[in-house]
Amino acid sequence: MAVEKMSIAKALNESLRLALDTDPKVLIMGEDVGKLGGVFRITDGLQKDFGEERVIDTPLAESGIVGTAIGLALRGYRPIVEIQFDGFVFPAYDQIVTQLAKMHARALGKIKLPVVVRIPYGGGIGAVEHHSESPEALFAHVAGLKVVSPANASDAYWMMQQAVQSDDPVIFFEPKRRYWDKGEVDTESIPGPLHKAVTVREGSDLTLVAYGPMVKVCLEAAAAAQEEGKSVEVLDLRSMSPIDFDAIQTSVEKTGRLVVVHEAPVFYGSGAEIAARITERSFYHLEAPVLRVGGYHVPYPPARLEEEYLPGLDRVLDAVDRSLAY
Amino acid sequence: MTVESTAAARKPRRASKRTSAAKKPQSSEPQLVQLLTPEGERVEHPDYSIDLSADELRGLYRDMVLTRRFDAEATALQRQGELGLWASLLGQEAAQIGSGRALRDDDYVFPTYREHGVAWCRGVDPTNLLGMFRGVNHGGWDPTTNNFHLYTIVIGSQTLHATGYAMGVAKDGADSAVIAYFGDGASSQGDVAESFTFSAVYNAPVVFFCQNNQWAISEPTERQTRVPLYQRAQGYGFPGVRVDGNDVLACLAVTRSALERARRGEGPTLVEAFTYRMGAHTTSDDPTKYRADDERAAWEAKDPILRLRTYLENSGHADEAFFAELETESETLGKRVREVVRAMPDPEPLSLFEHAYADGNSLVDEERAQFAAYQASFADSAEEGK
Repeated sequence: MAVEKMSIAKALNESLRLALDTDPKVLIMGEDVGKLGGVFRITDGLQKDFGEERVIDTPLAESGIVGTAIGLALRGYRPIVEIQFDGFVFPAYDQIVTQLAKMHARALGKIKLPVVVRIPYGGGIGAVEHHSESPEALFAHVAGLKVVSPANASDAYWMMQQAVQSDDPVIFFEPKRRYWDKGEVDTESIPGPLHKAVTVREGSDLTLVAYGPMVKVCLEAAAAAQEEGKSVEVLDLRSMSPIDFDAIQTSVEKTGRLVVVHEAPVFYGSGAEIAARITERSFYHLEAPVLRVGGYHVPYPPARLEEEYLPGLDRVLDAVDRSLAY
Repeated sequence: MTVESTAAARKPRRASKRTSAAKKPQSSEPQLVQLLTPEGERVEHPDYSIDLSADELRGLYRDMVLTRRFDAEATALQRQGELGLWASLLGQEAAQIGSGRALRDDDYVFPTYREHGVAWCRGVDPTNLLGMFRGVNHGGWDPTTNNFHLYTIVIGSQTLHATGYAMGVAKDGADSAVIAYFGDGASSQGDVAESFTFSAVYNAPVVFFCQNNQWAISEPTERQTRVPLYQRAQGYGFPGVRVDGNDVLACLAVTRSALERARRGEGPTLVEAFTYRMGAHTTSDDPTKYRADDERAAWEAKDPILRLRTYLENSGHADEAFFAELETESETLGKRVREVVRAMPDPEPLSLFEHAYADGNSLVDEERAQFAAYQASFADSAEEGK
């Protein structure tokens, strides 16, 4: 057993280090990932130890970062690229959607695109515009991409390993406001598959589904509900594409109630997809409509308003109450 | 918009000579590297000499003739409803064959969707190019077999793939080179600018081969740039050169030189092949709506195939038997292309779900199973005689 307590940021750093160490074809690319170690220091010290040929500072051009990573992947490399912030991924969106996602299919499977796109995402850090968005649904909607987000240090460590080893492109959303949350990482015990949801709290009255930064809020909500005598189960989805619908279905058919929680706007969000699928699969088990808690259909607000926008404990508990009232 | 720029927009394209260099749009008399004049005369250039055997010269001629024949067949097949669309290369044979024959087997090519002549040089069976235009796949050939990447439809995207690939070549310590094809319209795309930046700062062994065929669908080059395209390279810190794109010898010599420079570790080069798209952008558009007849006539006088034929005949490098034999070969190729296209089967319905992911995907698996069950329900109905 090699269990160590570390932050999510540290777990990602250790995982990237392991990836560079294990496979000489793994590269890290992005703006400021070298000497600075990234604006969140996720790549701290990696260029010092692996050199400028493995940990590559790039020009300030997101489409160029992803586009050249595609070329490097075609040459046999496994690039892990860092997009500095969620709102900056859009200049690269074209390369991700029209090229990265589709090239394997276009070649009838003859070539593989093992590229990981790391995106620190979500709000709650008091940042300026374009630094707090949750665009995961925009990527999950695109066939050919895998979209994942860890919620704890262990998953940060292991899901990064699994993403790097994937022969498909992976959009790896890192919950930036949780970077400094600590948790235990067992660096020897390999966990389950990348796309498997995990029950992080057992319950019998209602199921909360969340991923990334909202898992912590949902666990807090479940603990608060317990004090009121309500037994709430919490599922950490971990993967937004594909989604482990079987795990959600199993939980919902036990509890009869489902509330999906995410930071992204509710409209056309991943909660909509989960609600629709679970309604199809488990209609006769549901005691209440599937409810969603998330952001509003407005641009991400200025920092002084983000606490109103982001789903917090009270909004989640309110949805729990509404569901239980049916 | 100023009065002046409005007036400029209404001016006949490339017709007016201007005194102010700053306002001069596309140079009307480009400084072209040329080794074979439109009249078929061999000329020398101080920086680009080339010495080809009669056999090699006949080979280039054969490549261009067969490529044009293939292209004509594909255009005809589109008109007959066998292809949904075709992007003709008519007029650009010299640019493609010249640059394509400059490549080594271990070089890697990133084409647009019009590089049929380059594909020919790489040994890609031309019928493989037609699947996407017939609608049976989005490319389909294995790019690693001939080091010829799939056609890329989003304009300019592939220049970044080429740059990244070239960065990988440099990391591997290999001495092969990469070539990225794009057009004058693509020169306006951000990806092309970013590929120039990346290739320059990483000194990547890539040649940017811009076929300036004067038109981006209906937009003339003047709508893309105020300076000759090859001059763009200077701002990024690598050389740019403009070559007569209808001169196969010059295209070969200039591309070969740029590739060698890349192999020596001296970084990228931008080659602007100054040429002309004699046909439509694709079979979907109508050039008579946006360009004058006399323009095409002027370019026909510079035809890349005719000028080499004149040279071959005048120099005695080819005889009538050669041309007659090639004519027969052309017809055989046309017939084969026609037959293969018509016999090209539609893909199996369930192939919809193949290759979306390399590692498999539970969502795709679920939808495949639903679709298969749906398909099977028709079979059941048929069996039951309903």
